[in-house]
Amino acid sequence: MYHKTITQLSADLHNGEYSCVELTQTYIDRIQQLDGKLNSFITLTDELALQQAHQADKAIKEGTAGPLTGIPLAQKDIFCTKGVRTSCASKMLDDFIAPYDATVVEKLNQAGTVMLGKTNMDEFAMGSSNETSFYGAVSNPWNTDTVPGGSSGGSASAVAARLIPAATGTDTGGSIRQPASLCGITGIKPSYGRVSRFGMIAFASSLDQGGVMTQTAADAALLMNAIAGFDPRDSTSVDHPVDDYTADLERPLEGLKIGLPREYFDPGLDPAVESVIQQALKTYQSLGATLHEISLANTHLSIPAYYVVAPAECSSNLSRYDGVRFGHRCEDPKDLYDLYSRSRGEAFGEEVKRRIMIGAYALSTGYYDAYYLKAQKIRRIISNDFSQAFEQVDVIMGPASPSTAFRKNEKSDDPISMYLSDIYTISVNLAGLPGMSIPAGFVKGMPVGLQIIGKTFAESQLLNVAHQFQKQTDFHSQIPEQFNQV
Amino acid sequence: MSLQKEDVEKIAHLARLKIADSEIDTYARQLSNILAFVEQMNEIDTDGVEPMAHPQDLVARLRPDQVTESNQRDAFQQIAPCVKNGLYLVPQVIE
Repeated sequence: MYHKTITQLSADLHNGEYSCVELTQTYIDRIQQLDGKLNSFITLTDELALQQAHQADKAIKEGTAGPLTGIPLAQKDIFCTKGVRTSCASKMLDDFIAPYDATVVEKLNQAGTVMLGKTNMDEFAMGSSNETSFYGAVSNPWNTDTVPGGSSGGSASAVAARLIPAATGTDTGGSIRQPASLCGITGIKPSYGRVSRFGMIAFASSLDQGGVMTQTAADAALLMNAIAGFDPRDSTSVDHPVDDYTADLERPLEGLKIGLPREYFDPGLDPAVESVIQQALKTYQSLGATLHEISLANTHLSIPAYYVVAPAECSSNLSRYDGVRFGHRCEDPKDLYDLYSRSRGEAFGEEVKRRIMIGAYALSTGYYDAYYLKAQKIRRIISNDFSQAFEQVDVIMGPASPSTAFRKNEKSDDPISMYLSDIYTISVNLAGLPGMSIPAGFVKGMPVGLQIIGKTFAESQLLNVAHQFQKQTDFHSQIPEQFNQV
Repeated sequence: MSLQKEDVEKIAHLARLKIADSEIDTYARQLSNILAFVEQMNEIDTDGVEPMAHPQDLVARLRPDQVTESNQRDAFQQIAPCVKNGLYLVPQVIE
């Protein structure tokens, strides 16, 4: 049953083909048997999962179940889970048991889902390869010598290998879309403010957004129905009506205007990836969509602007880790300064330290205007470029990543080359728009993701556009060989 | 922008990060590279552009000034590294 989507599993559970407990046990066994090759989980919660599965079986018997009742899920280890270790893949939070649930977790629990564990990620979501985790790198199930992408690499890897039907993720500069692309799954980053950030450990508060990683767009729509919406506990949550994300899935694409930014088809794009994307665009043409060249002229400035804004916000957010109220504390501090600096120096990894220092520098007296203010102005220009493009087209498409998955250690010693792997995703976060990556094909056996970018709060449309493609193709139902038939 | 050893020490101090002496040169090189990279921003004229702090240009929402949270001191202090009598303990600050 591990090859089934949420939609199929839900139907089976309601028809009594098997129980939620049996389904949960299947995935527990699968993780036990196969995750040694991937390292996609940090913490497993088998006992809690079986309890939740029993509850779900009861709800189905009593007729109170919904479409997500009894569906096994994993949470990215950035979401606080009450009574369960929430590490954010950092030594800093190695023994942090969250005292409350994130809103996303609370809502998924209310929907009756079953949590099997917490997935691996880059430390504090800072990375594009899942190599900065305190708990070790994650492998890409399509080739375990390569990275799954990051920062939601554990979620992407686990879903791709079908160790779990779906998982949550977060996306600050591409952390849902890039790993979804590299692992051949479906990922959606909603508009900024659509999904509550309460209990989602903060990295860069004006960019972070939670979303889901699934096999199909239809599954993503079901999960979005559960997690989207206003939350008074998140001051950046937007009070805007929530769609039924499944309602528009079947809408025909006749007349859809697709914008292709010429900057996304630049010499930095692997030609083999480009030809997969071009093939996907032909599928859209056959569905009645039209293609239009557009320009997002300042795309190349998105990475420099992002690597000021994100570190600045990170240095501010991560100042809360002081060794006093929770988290790692050094041994025998001799004074308060020593307590702060040694606790932080010991427990943060190198990439986190680099970003905190860049942020502290960019925000310091004399440099604020040159870096932070300048970056915020460029952010406005990038956002305006998108607004202009959306006057001509309905959605924007292009690659999610310039290449397929790269090899482990290939970029980990060179921060800037790692940063450049997010060239097609970062500007979407700066503008706060929704974006997806869906499986579009393969290059030498490695998945390629098609990115779909929409207008603010156009998640329904993105899911519709993705679903129609998935009805014509079967890239999304491919399973890596060594994780299939086992 | 090329950072020297002293610059890195100053930034690390501001950020309250203890950095080993042996790592300072590496950080100086990497941070200098990142700063040189972000200086690409200067190729575009941004005079008169309104800075964008938030995607939806949100205004901070106000709520009625009422107590909405219950007292969970015990739960929160359970995860603290060092507490006594309901207080967080730190090294002596005032002589």
